[in-house]
Amino acid sequence: MTLLLDLALVAWLLALALHIARVRDDRNAIVAFIGFGLLLGLGWTRLASLDVALTEAAIGGGVTGVLLLRAEAHLRPGKASGASVSHGGKTLAAIACAMVAAGLALAVLAFPSPAPTLAPAAATALPSTGLGNPVTAVLLAYRALDTLLEKVVLILALIGVWSLAPDHLWGGAPSLRPDVVPEPLAYLAQTLPPFGVLIAVYMFWVGADAPGGTFQGGTVLAAMWLLVMLARLRPAPETRRRSVRLVLIGGPTLFLAIGFLGFAMAGGFLAYPESIAKPLIVGIEAALTLSIAATLGLLVAGPAQTAPGR
Amino acid sequence: MAPADAFTLLFVTAGAILFLAGTLGLLRFPDTLSRLHALSKADNLGLGLIVIGLLPQCDSVTAGLKLVCVWLLAQLSAATASQLIAGAVYRRKSGP
Amino acid sequence: MTAAWLGPATLFGLCGAALVGIGLFVVITHPGLLRRIVGFNLLGAGIFLVFGAVARRGAGAGFEGDPVPQAMVITGIVVAFSATALAVALLQRLFDLTGRETLEAQPEHLPRSEP
Repeated sequence: MTLLLDLALVAWLLALALHIARVRDDRNAIVAFIGFGLLLGLGWTRLASLDVALTEAAIGGGVTGVLLLRAEAHLRPGKASGASVSHGGKTLAAIACAMVAAGLALAVLAFPSPAPTLAPAAATALPSTGLGNPVTAVLLAYRALDTLLEKVVLILALIGVWSLAPDHLWGGAPSLRPDVVPEPLAYLAQTLPPFGVLIAVYMFWVGADAPGGTFQGGTVLAAMWLLVMLARLRPAPETRRRSVRLVLIGGPTLFLAIGFLGFAMAGGFLAYPESIAKPLIVGIEAALTLSIAATLGLLVAGPAQTAPGR
Repeated sequence: MAPADAFTLLFVTAGAILFLAGTLGLLRFPDTLSRLHALSKADNLGLGLIVIGLLPQCDSVTAGLKLVCVWLLAQLSAATASQLIAGAVYRRKSGP
Repeated sequence: MTAAWLGPATLFGLCGAALVGIGLFVVITHPGLLRRIVGFNLLGAGIFLVFGAVARRGAGAGFEGDPVPQAMVITGIVVAFSATALAVALLQRLFDLTGRETLEAQPEHLPRSEP
């Protein structure tokens, strides 16, 4: 029975991907991509990766979908039926891509057996972190350096996006520019955020012991913020505001500071003393959740579009 | 079969049938508004029946409450989305 | 052999390989840059699924999957999103400056588009 479900999921994923590749209209492709992201989230549950499933549904389907839909609306006036690649070139590309896919498929079929795994090592060290969710332990303890660098990548991407504003708009506020705010949207933006914030805090909190965590909680927070901005209940903040920048770098800075503290307290960068490992990790996660929410929201909001007020 | 399992089977099947009917309506109905009607029926009633069916399978009261919350949130978002789409249709019809 | 064949790990791993092919094709051949960004995301999703197959096969020690690749995929999804956001912002700026959403204005960057 579950095989049937797996096959149906795989068939739908491939059908949607082909649809995205072939359909003429960009908006149609993006809506298909959002559906693809949600189905992929279901696929991740079938791979027993609930943390990834939550992240994929929230970021892959949700936030990326909003970003792409807004971009499509921005670009719509200039739809040109641009000359596409020549037929021969397309065939050549198709053959090359099929070869890449076939190579990967062969690699999948030739996976060594028994599979190499770090699960036993992760399980042995889990008690010393005080956590119950091995994925959170990998993200914030065993491979904390990766997570720290990833936060830096997020900030760099945001700086890149901001720097695309014309010079005289630097430091101004991005604008989500809805032409009309329909009443139901305004109503949703007034009723949903309290529940959304509660769910985000819950996801972050259970992340220590169950599927969930900073990324998922942060994304839900970002979604609530975007909803409020889209309904024009609150404008997007000016990017030069000190409070905005403090929230953005607060998480990574705390992470880095505790990392250096590790030299003094536990003999290494990003090492936690065992007795207070869990409070330290949860503290870092709390700051990171806020930073991620702010970064994701501002990445979707885009570069500044109004000049900074004096 | 335990009565709880029979209850689950009955309600989840009913919910799945409603989803099937809603999807058929979405594919077959001629215009946007009637398609929306079919979709919201499936969303509200179908998901509601599935949640009711799953309630006896929960190990704790909080797990059941979470399921009910999922249903309520889906209701809220489905209602908003249908209203937004219907509004867009209305504006396009009456607009320039 | 058959049991491994039918397992979700192999199935979704193969699905990921096919998605990489489709995504790569969109990135290479589609004229619109926005669609290429979508294709880039398809490509990423495919790679992540192959990784997910590795994670699922690494089940052990009471876990249903190897947590290390799972955590790396989560990191990857977030990084892919930030790259997408930067690409979208670049595309919007290109559009604001030139009124186009393709690269055809500069044939020197695209040797394949013959005049």
